Amino acid sequence: MKKKDVPQDKSNLKSSGFKELCYAVNEKGEYITEKSSGWEPKTIALDNAMEDINERVAIAKEKVESNQASPIEYYMELAKMDLPILASYVGIWQWRVKRHFKPKRFTKLSNKVLQKYADVFEITIEQLKDINHGN
Amino acid sequence: MEINFTHHQSAHCENGVVSNLMKFNGFEVSEPMVFGIGSGLLFCYLPFIKVNHAPAFTYRSMPGFIFNRFAKRVGVKIKREKFSSPKQAKARLDENLKNNNPVGLQVGVYNLTYFPDEYRFHFNAHNLVVYGKENGNYLISDPVMETVTTLTESELEKVRFAKGALAPKGHMYYPIDFPKELQLEKAIVKGIKNTCKDMLAPVPIVGVKGIKLVAKQIRKWPKKKGIKVANHYLGQIVRMQEEIGTGGGGFRYIFAAFLQEASTVLKNEQLASMSKEMTEIGDLWRDFALDASRIYKNRSAKSDGYNDIATQLETIANREEVFFKKLKKVV
Repeated sequence: MKKKDVPQDKSNLKSSGFKELCYAVNEKGEYITEKSSGWEPKTIALDNAMEDINERVAIAKEKVESNQASPIEYYMELAKMDLPILASYVGIWQWRVKRHFKPKRFTKLSNKVLQKYADVFEITIEQLKDINHGN
Repeated sequence: MEINFTHHQSAHCENGVVSNLMKFNGFEVSEPMVFGIGSGLLFCYLPFIKVNHAPAFTYRSMPGFIFNRFAKRVGVKIKREKFSSPKQAKARLDENLKNNNPVGLQVGVYNLTYFPDEYRFHFNAHNLVVYGKENGNYLISDPVMETVTTLTESELEKVRFAKGALAPKGHMYYPIDFPKELQLEKAIVKGIKNTCKDMLAPVPIVGVKGIKLVAKQIRKWPKKKGIKVANHYLGQIVRMQEEIGTGGGGFRYIFAAFLQEASTVLKNEQLASMSKEMTEIGDLWRDFALDASRIYKNRSAKSDGYNDIATQLETIANREEVFFKKLKKVV
């Protein structure tokens, strides 16, 4: 990559006020470092990943509202987690966490277990029980 | 207290931490040098590990490997500590800071508040340096950031004890013993040989073979997984290639910079021309990322986009195969 080709596209990186460092060659063919404000393909990839997550959150929300899933699934998606990650954060086996996704199971959970989930998601038990709480 | 530590921004976190810690201890080692000697360049396709609901790809070696190999090859000793209790982890960190010793930490990215939201995924192999503590806040030198920053005690604890794949478990590391003078020559040769071996490994998911396998998979994805998933996977390839600061070349530019520096150290003209070749390959990776991103943005003018970029990837694999076979003989 030539120094003049180091991408200076608009990106979310830029809006947060920092530039990344890249290695590129100058006119003499020597490697130098140059700052980049972002690169479009990367921005697209990141935006797509975010869109994907938002979509997963929306689906989970629908499932909770139609009583097909417990709020735990919704909050998991909201925290960009998947089952293995959530299980390791709460310290509960994956197969048990998966069962807690069922609304029926969820209503029977003890406060102790609920608190574990609430702590991981950094919310209160009330918020955990009702995904629209406080909105 | 603040340790007199100079922050240098780097393209990639682990090289940056090592390079910055070496500089603090009086050894001028550039980031590409660390990357090259530590044999950081790699390609690996990990279909059985899912990151963000897509298979994992990596363009560099496992976290920790770069520093370990670098240290071994130049004769530096590193101390590594992991903790089961956050309290103990904090106590050991404070102790080191009191002794004027900046340390490297492995952390999870998700709770790094100074990163933009788009970068905050559950990825646990980020590295940074802590170089002091002021009013209860830790002074942080994150090598991919332009300037230094701070984290509160609870913020730092959260990132040090992030959970999931590659959980850092408070992982802290710092060099403890140095040679009188750094002997780079032999270390460079070893680093290069190791990279050649990795890239040409007879393992289907590693190196050149891994790239070829991914190319094959890309052709199948749209039919097998549907367009949506296929695009999501493609995005993953680009995102991994584009870890902060690789300039689109999936670490190939950093490696090329290393080869150029190595050619001066070893007085080997051939390495300089190999560096040029690596830059060209880096450009091919960039083009690949550009075309792949057009596909998942549905702007591809070509109807047969997937096959096209698969072919591009195969070209890259063939170029790299020839390259590393040649490189092996140059040193």
